[in-house]
Amino acid sequence: MEKKVFERTKGLTEILMRYCPGCGHGVVHRLVGEVMEELGITNRTIGIAPVGCSVFADEYFNCDMIQPAHGRGPAVATGIKRVRPDCIVFSYQGDGDLASIGMAETIHAAARGERITIIFVNNAIYGMTGGQMAPTTLLGMKSTTTPFGRDPRVAGYPIKVCELLATLEAPAYLARVSVHKPANVLKAKKAIKKAFQVQMNDQGFSLVEILSQCPTDWFVTPLQGIDFVEKMMIPFFPLGEYKTIEGKKETVKPEPKKVLETV
Amino acid sequence: MDEKLLMKGNEALAEGAVRAGCRFFSGYPITPQNEVPEYLSWRLPEVGGTFIQAESEVAAINMLYGASACGARVMTSSSGPGISLKQEGISYISGANLPIFYANVMRGGPGLGNIAPSQGDYFQATRGGGHGDYRVIVYAPNSVSEMGNFPKRCYDLAEKYRIATMVLTDGLLGQMMEPIEFDFEPVDPAKLPEKDWALGNAEGRERRVIRSYDLRPGYLEKMTLKLAEKYKEIEEKEVKFEAVQVEDAEILLVAYGTSSRISKSALMLGRKEGIKIGLLRPITLWPFPSKIISDLSERIKKILTVEMSLGQLVEDVKLAVEGKAKVYLHGRPSGGIPTGEEVLEVIKKIMKS
Amino acid sequence: MPRIEVDTIRCKGCELCVVACPYKVIGMSKKFASTGYYPAVMVKPEKCTGCTLCALVCPDVAIEVYK
Repeated sequence: MEKKVFERTKGLTEILMRYCPGCGHGVVHRLVGEVMEELGITNRTIGIAPVGCSVFADEYFNCDMIQPAHGRGPAVATGIKRVRPDCIVFSYQGDGDLASIGMAETIHAAARGERITIIFVNNAIYGMTGGQMAPTTLLGMKSTTTPFGRDPRVAGYPIKVCELLATLEAPAYLARVSVHKPANVLKAKKAIKKAFQVQMNDQGFSLVEILSQCPTDWFVTPLQGIDFVEKMMIPFFPLGEYKTIEGKKETVKPEPKKVLETV
Repeated sequence: MDEKLLMKGNEALAEGAVRAGCRFFSGYPITPQNEVPEYLSWRLPEVGGTFIQAESEVAAINMLYGASACGARVMTSSSGPGISLKQEGISYISGANLPIFYANVMRGGPGLGNIAPSQGDYFQATRGGGHGDYRVIVYAPNSVSEMGNFPKRCYDLAEKYRIATMVLTDGLLGQMMEPIEFDFEPVDPAKLPEKDWALGNAEGRERRVIRSYDLRPGYLEKMTLKLAEKYKEIEEKEVKFEAVQVEDAEILLVAYGTSSRISKSALMLGRKEGIKIGLLRPITLWPFPSKIISDLSERIKKILTVEMSLGQLVEDVKLAVEGKAKVYLHGRPSGGIPTGEEVLEVIKKIMKS
Repeated sequence: MPRIEVDTIRCKGCELCVVACPYKVIGMSKKFASTGYYPAVMVKPEKCTGCTLCALVCPDVAIEVYK
């Protein structure tokens, strides 16, 4: 008797995704959809679509969705989660959205330890606007605004988000994964699941950074795209868990103190 | 009710919001509105609400976007420079048809300006202020009592029309103390009717999406024309104003907020000297009381707007008058506060001309 | 017999599944689909083990696997 061993998750709608051939967003969407379905939380999840290619994510995820301004996902997620602590809230963001225009919102939501999950897709480029330099564009990498390659003297260095957030007290789970090969996709799913579980267990802020390919704006074929992730991105953005709940101190409510009493 | 309290304007505003059912506030410190977040930082937890000191005004308004999308009665407050930063979020909130309430306790501008009372943000409030075609309902109190009672009106309208509403006030009204009586019973937000658009648990219903965009050709125009219908209805139904001794007036003052109180004292001083002065005070700045001003201009041929700005309110008055009367301006920008005597002098000059 | 089914409306011909398959079961169709893309097809169906690696990397969730 033939059995279906791989089928489309109910965590996604039936709408056709408008991403370019070989784009990593679709895989990440599927993983989030599958995790929602497996954890049985699709009905009580509120997703936040970013501004960028994945603005259409509000059509693709099969849960309540909201689409805020560029970079403001973590602030919107904060508002939602504080009003509906019974719901699971995730903010889906790209690198420009999260690490450039929305860096303040990202860091402060993390520092407050908001019980939200951020799915951070890092493809080192601004996709929807046509391939401009992102905060995570690698040194020497050409983009439409670094036509001679990213020069650190002119455009600075790429930002390592997981490492940066790992310096904060509050985050409960930070991990960097990729979706360029089957084995990595499996690990990525594990990390996303863990991030959602951390939220469900009220353990704190969670973020999964996913290295993803953007063949169109890298001006390469999809196959060259996964090669670029493997050979160029991973050496600079090492994969792994940067913070886990095991290493996290328990939050205790401090006694109120006057300034004088604290010194 | 029936209880008379002595309160500071900003605290009345905060308490009024809580009594009107506000259970979520996020904001960022800026003078002269700091009493609002300070008050709510202990008051909201008392009623099971949420207070967040955000990392910026930009974050604060976007927290409101999220909280309002879940159906909560929400509030933020700031002063001009901070409201400028919030315009991005207010535009999104307007496009997404979400009800919010916020307050601008105006200070002197432009730029960092100063912390003196001013009315320089009239255009910002009544013309939208952010990008795109949208409107915000603007209430302009002129007493501590109104500071406390207007949030309730704003919430009711915000939810009726799914629109952003605001109180436009200034540092003077925010900082001064006056007696106040709340004219409404405290609202229990849990007993408000359920919002059939709010995000939350999708069990047993279709999933919901809140967005302010539509990239399909022609669709956004349709979406915005729908907003326009709503705005038209508000302009027809929700105008509020106060008319003082306009029946026999030979000169009409038009002023809101603090400058309306100053104008009222000019009116009383002038009436003592036999000058027939009337006052029209817009309580809603949008929708603007154009009709009554237009009607009055049929008979009263001299109209003076008194404002603590360089000539912002006067534009709406001129649009309403449509050339039927002569419109004069007495405007003191960037922290300048006129006195009743000063306004009376201007009136006398106009009456002689 | 294990096999895959490719949704030719969703497939955009990126070929990621082709390199993901350890047994080179998948190739690209010579005929383009209604979308204008050349979709993935099974070229050596007898070698399919139903391991799902192709479906794991498919960005368009266009592959379903049967075993």
